[in-house]
Amino acid sequence: MANPPTPEPTRRDFLYIATGAAATLGVGFAAWPFIDSMNPSSAVLAMASIEVDLSAIQPGQQVIFKWRGHPLFVRRRTPKEIAAARAVSPSDLPDGLARNANLTESAPATDANRTIKPEWLVVVGVCTHLGCTPAVSTRESPQGAYGGWLCHCHGSDFDASGRIRKGPAPQNLAVPPYAFIGPTKIKIG
Amino acid sequence: MAGHSNYVPKTGLARWLDQRLPVIRLMNDHFVTFPTPKNLNFWYTFGAILAVMLVVQVVTGIVLAMHYVPTADLAFGSVEQHIMREVNYGWLIRSLHASGASMLFLAVYIHMGRGLYYGSYKAPREILWILGVFIYLLLMATAFFGYTLQWGQMSYWAATVITSLFSAFDQIIPHFGTALSTWVRGDYAVGDATVNRFFALHYLLPFVIAGVVGLHIWALHVTGNGNPLGIEVKGPQDTIPFHPWYTVKDAFYLTLFLIVFLAIVFYAPNFFGNPDNYIPANPLVTPSEIRPEWYLLPFYAMLRAVPNTLLGVLVLFSALLTPLFIPWLDTSKVRSYRFRPVMKQLFWVFVATCILLGYVGAQTTDAAWHLGEVDIPLVWLARLATLYYFAFFWALMPWIGKKEVTRPVPESIAQSVLKKGAVLTKGGEQ
Amino acid sequence: MKTVSLLMALSVALVVPAFAGEDLTQPQPPRDAKWSFDGVFGTYDRSALQRGFQVYKEVCAACHGLNLVAFHDLAAPGGPGFTAAQAKAIAAGYKIAAEPNEDGDIFDDKGNRLTRSGTLADHFPPPFANDAAARANNSGALPPDLSLIVKARQGGANYVYSILTGFNQKVPHGVTVPDGKYYNPYFPGRTIAMPPPLNQGSVSFNDGTPTTVTNEAKAVVTFLTWASAPELEARHRIGLQVLAFLVLLAGLLFLSYRKVWHGKPEE
Repeated sequence: MANPPTPEPTRRDFLYIATGAAATLGVGFAAWPFIDSMNPSSAVLAMASIEVDLSAIQPGQQVIFKWRGHPLFVRRRTPKEIAAARAVSPSDLPDGLARNANLTESAPATDANRTIKPEWLVVVGVCTHLGCTPAVSTRESPQGAYGGWLCHCHGSDFDASGRIRKGPAPQNLAVPPYAFIGPTKIKIG
Repeated sequence: MAGHSNYVPKTGLARWLDQRLPVIRLMNDHFVTFPTPKNLNFWYTFGAILAVMLVVQVVTGIVLAMHYVPTADLAFGSVEQHIMREVNYGWLIRSLHASGASMLFLAVYIHMGRGLYYGSYKAPREILWILGVFIYLLLMATAFFGYTLQWGQMSYWAATVITSLFSAFDQIIPHFGTALSTWVRGDYAVGDATVNRFFALHYLLPFVIAGVVGLHIWALHVTGNGNPLGIEVKGPQDTIPFHPWYTVKDAFYLTLFLIVFLAIVFYAPNFFGNPDNYIPANPLVTPSEIRPEWYLLPFYAMLRAVPNTLLGVLVLFSALLTPLFIPWLDTSKVRSYRFRPVMKQLFWVFVATCILLGYVGAQTTDAAWHLGEVDIPLVWLARLATLYYFAFFWALMPWIGKKEVTRPVPESIAQSVLKKGAVLTKGGEQ
Repeated sequence: MKTVSLLMALSVALVVPAFAGEDLTQPQPPRDAKWSFDGVFGTYDRSALQRGFQVYKEVCAACHGLNLVAFHDLAAPGGPGFTAAQAKAIAAGYKIAAEPNEDGDIFDDKGNRLTRSGTLADHFPPPFANDAAARANNSGALPPDLSLIVKARQGGANYVYSILTGFNQKVPHGVTVPDGKYYNPYFPGRTIAMPPPLNQGSVSFNDGTPTTVTNEAKAVVTFLTWASAPELEARHRIGLQVLAFLVLLAGLLFLSYRKVWHGKPEE
């Protein structure tokens, strides 16, 4: 700021700078409510955690729940499916990490690391490639080559542990944070 | 007035930009160096206050629109449940928008009153004034649409009454008025279609307003500011640059205005509101007393003062359009009422008349004042006041303008300022 | 000055509208109770909110809904101060209309609405299936939803408090109370379809507060005020910060203004 010499240049500058700074600060703080209003509302947050009863699900069956707006796959696996999934070594997989929110990030993608109870596989039904919902493979309508899920958008093929085996998806299907709150009752989120 | 530009780009980039799109030059010429009369008083700060309030309304409105649902079934809940309870800071943004509308109108009335008192409508500022009246009319339409959107009882019945006004035209062409009001509603009664189109219009009109505000400022910068003395600027000795003189002055009074505004938002959010509007719209039950928001009350009183609906509607529209003609109704040679002793008195009577009309508009139709033994039905006061409203503009203004003996007007702004002993040196240094 | 005296005469006329004797067609103005949430620093009395919730749940909820309030609100900051676990247990105690079951049914074989227990995400369920059912059960009167009752009535909290404590008064001459209605001087028309809702000992408070009608009314009005304005505490707190900042900014701007204008007085 080019000021001609004045008796108290410092005080004068300080006053103007302080006023300008205070006004700028005020506008900055005022912006926050408007930005925060676009975050999820309390109604959305109240739905962020759901409880699900699994007792009606038959072995070999998958049920889809809605969690945080996404499909949530809960699959009651048969002993055969579990055995097949356990036979695969993480080092042979495109994504060697468990992607399980209940474990550390570096946990390897063994089948044991993909579940809490081996019988119940709980994964978010969002393809890690571009967000489509993969189709489940059943005896009546097999999907893909690995007995899990096949994403019809770009052909990502997942096994019965929800791990990517072939196709463009970079990661295994995500395991959400969840816990058993009863023998057949889980709380997700 | 906006004379030649004295902007000199300092950097290469600024020069490059200036040759292609001189926005910095524009800003500099209009909001920094713009020569402004040195004698503008407090009442002139409301222009800047209005600009800021318009921005507040637009910003809060856009965010509210992200959360609002314009259907008859969901509108009330989307405001009272979703926005007020679920959306982060939704209560704050809604309150800013609702009370902000009232504060905006308060500032508009002060701004218009100032324009009237200092004769800011007189040549060469006729277009400037008329654009201002257009902004006022657009604001009223926007506010009416917005008030409907809350979909409470007052919203619903305000929308019903206002859209019913069109049916008065049945008296001229049978069935035309009813057809027109049905067309405006998109339904036989105010309903889904109405709230949806009012939402669309409520979102559209502010952009039109912003456009007219642009023209208003353009017109202002062609003729230059008026001033309390009502005499034209004679030369550089009469003016000071807009910045920092008026930027700091406007900012100070704006902050005072914001203190009042936000005290209402935080501590009396329903100050301007009506409890009935917290009851969801019910097409089967009309509240015992319905009244519009305060800024429309004077016109509501005029409407009710006329027994015939069609005449009432015509009076209402005439009252709204009358200000457009003021520049040619005022025949006086002197601009500022400061030097017009008779007009000054009539002006204050006019202000009192508007307040009286607003008061009557807020009362029930059969209300009366009991002064001793005498009952004065308020509707008669409203009729007298309506008469004065029109007489002020259409009879007194042209007549007094010719007859009035005005007080001597100073030679120039600089001379007037000097006389007061306040020496104002160039540029504000020392 | 002529104009000033004219304005003064006008303002006197505005204020004076005479008021002779008690007009029995008009309700009495509400009584002014003192509230913890009044004023700039006002906050809700947590224990009153919890007691008030109990009164709402055990007395009012039989006829009045609270549609806009969700169970998670009970544990939200600025509210009754229940823990999330307490709020969850409260929610679980309510029967919510269930989503269609696997057969697509929402009614059981006997025609009853299928229900499930409430979750934090649910809202207080309405006491009646619809407005017609509400009227049928209340001799034609529709008990209003209470979510916004304090904001939806002239006089706010004082009005609701006056209604709740305004029963069992001597009916003055000139007022006839129809069958099935009750005299209440604070209600428009002075007769109300709601029977006296609160009695000595209508509820029993865990914290030992005596269950007088006054205490019950104070508690439930506090709760209903919160239901109408759950943002009040945040509003009061943020308001103070904002106004303090603006006063500071106004001070700085005033000094800058004076500096720029060299203390030139306002014209």
